[in-house]
Amino acid sequence: MPDPDAIPLLEVSNLSIDFVSEERIVHAVDGVSFSMQAGSTLAVVGESGSGKSVTALSLARLLPSPPAQIRSGKVFFEGTDLLTLPERALRHYRGGKIAYVFQEPSTSLNPVFSVGFQLSEAMALHRPDLQDRRAAGIAALTEVGIRDPERCWKSYPHELSGGMQQRVMIAMALVCRPRLLVADEPTTALDVTIQAQILQLLREIRSRFGMSILLITHNFGLVKGFADHVLVMFRGKIVEQGPTDAVLASPRHPYTQALIACVPRLGESKKRLTTIDYARLDALLSQS
Amino acid sequence: MPDSTPSSPSPDPADRSPVLLEVEELVVRYPLPGGFFRRSRRFVEPVQGVSFRIRAGQTVGLVGESGSGKTTIGKAVVRLVPPHSGAIRYRQERIDLLSGARLRPYRKRVQMIFQDPHNSLNPRLTIARIVGEPLEIHFPALRAAERRDRAAQLLARVGLPADSLDRYPHEFSGGQRQRIGIARALAVEPELLVCDEPVSALDVSVQAQIVNLLQDLQQDLGLAYLFISHDLAVVEHLSDEVLVLHEGKIVEAAPAEELYRNPKNEYTRKLLASIPSL
Repeated sequence: MPDPDAIPLLEVSNLSIDFVSEERIVHAVDGVSFSMQAGSTLAVVGESGSGKSVTALSLARLLPSPPAQIRSGKVFFEGTDLLTLPERALRHYRGGKIAYVFQEPSTSLNPVFSVGFQLSEAMALHRPDLQDRRAAGIAALTEVGIRDPERCWKSYPHELSGGMQQRVMIAMALVCRPRLLVADEPTTALDVTIQAQILQLLREIRSRFGMSILLITHNFGLVKGFADHVLVMFRGKIVEQGPTDAVLASPRHPYTQALIACVPRLGESKKRLTTIDYARLDALLSQS
Repeated sequence: MPDSTPSSPSPDPADRSPVLLEVEELVVRYPLPGGFFRRSRRFVEPVQGVSFRIRAGQTVGLVGESGSGKTTIGKAVVRLVPPHSGAIRYRQERIDLLSGARLRPYRKRVQMIFQDPHNSLNPRLTIARIVGEPLEIHFPALRAAERRDRAAQLLARVGLPADSLDRYPHEFSGGQRQRIGIARALAVEPELLVCDEPVSALDVSVQAQIVNLLQDLQQDLGLAYLFISHDLAVVEHLSDEVLVLHEGKIVEAAPAEELYRNPKNEYTRKLLASIPSL
């Protein structure tokens, strides 16, 4: 158990983010607070537009502004408020202490540079101590389960499968030895078999390197057996959070219940799937 | 070789329905690019002798990973890629031998919906045009106003508001775009829909809506589906019969529930094990 008095690795308090355009203001994230202890895994579950990715991107100030505008809130990482940090100091965190893995590995990798070049680039900025970047890069590729790391180092992204590209992205994150890995829908573009492999890989590197993982997903099916804690977002707000087992066993909020129920289960052939009754949810939310 | 002629033990009403599609020993082969002035003798064979049949009103699920050949089978069925050998019959007629105008009656009976609703709708056309276009080809006698009425009915059928007609694809969410793709496919009143990963790009909550819609449409219109996906949970949910495809061959074919309860093939067991469970 982590020491409850220790400074949390990440503490987000009352974060609100608007997207401002000429026509209107969208409250993408609305008063979100949560914290993560070092070495823990937190899953943020919600649908498209719930604000889960915006929350994740805001941690390292990756949102383009305009249109994004942080209305209120603080993001403390190991006690430092990242939202007020000067850009130069922030670089140390962005991609260094906080690394990201995104949904679409084919668009995250630059198609005109080799894997080795892109890995070296990440190390040049975040691990200037490394004498031999090639050796470190090849070690990282080995760690993410790539069988022929020498060949992979020389490859270009298009020569790799989707699963391999995602492994390269994870290697690139790992080689900077981050404290927190933010995985934003890391398996959504992949086959279920590859998805299982990538989730297993994330579990392994978490325990081996003691890093924390923030998993962003729309699928409650991925959360069980992966995250210690879960946080459910709907229309920019957190509607429920708690230990994963407790939330899965007895979800309290009707939105959480619906989101769990709509995952297709094996052995329930030809039944109707549960869908989300948004009108009822809106009525409920406007009451509270 | 696996047992290639699966038979359902229970006398399902679907067993008495006529066979719509019959695919027999289908092989699809692509030549690999050869050098300058040299004829290439090398080729890849994404589909290596696949046989199955679909009856009217039945759903056959085709499950496999990227590269298993499942999409190629779907494309061969709608004649987007030519077979190298084997036969594809629709209501006993060899459609793999047809071409050009002689294919048109077949294209009216078999339609396809695609994975990515963002790329499969023309961004410059209104929804009325997108849904009405197949009518122009297959029902040339219809007047423009009639086509528009028909498009409005189809949109209502798939659960889209009436004011969608004059809007453009970018104004819709992924789930709504998939509904538009379904409306377009239904326009020509087909008997069989080839669905290639229709829900894989969607949130699970939206996936559930589309899966339910496909089930409703099947019940109301008596449609048959060839449902292609890498996600065995969704395939099992929708299908009467499931074909498991691995490296271009069917490694197991069984009624959906039996496949889940008693998977015989090792690869099927691996697929089942990778499904995250709640």
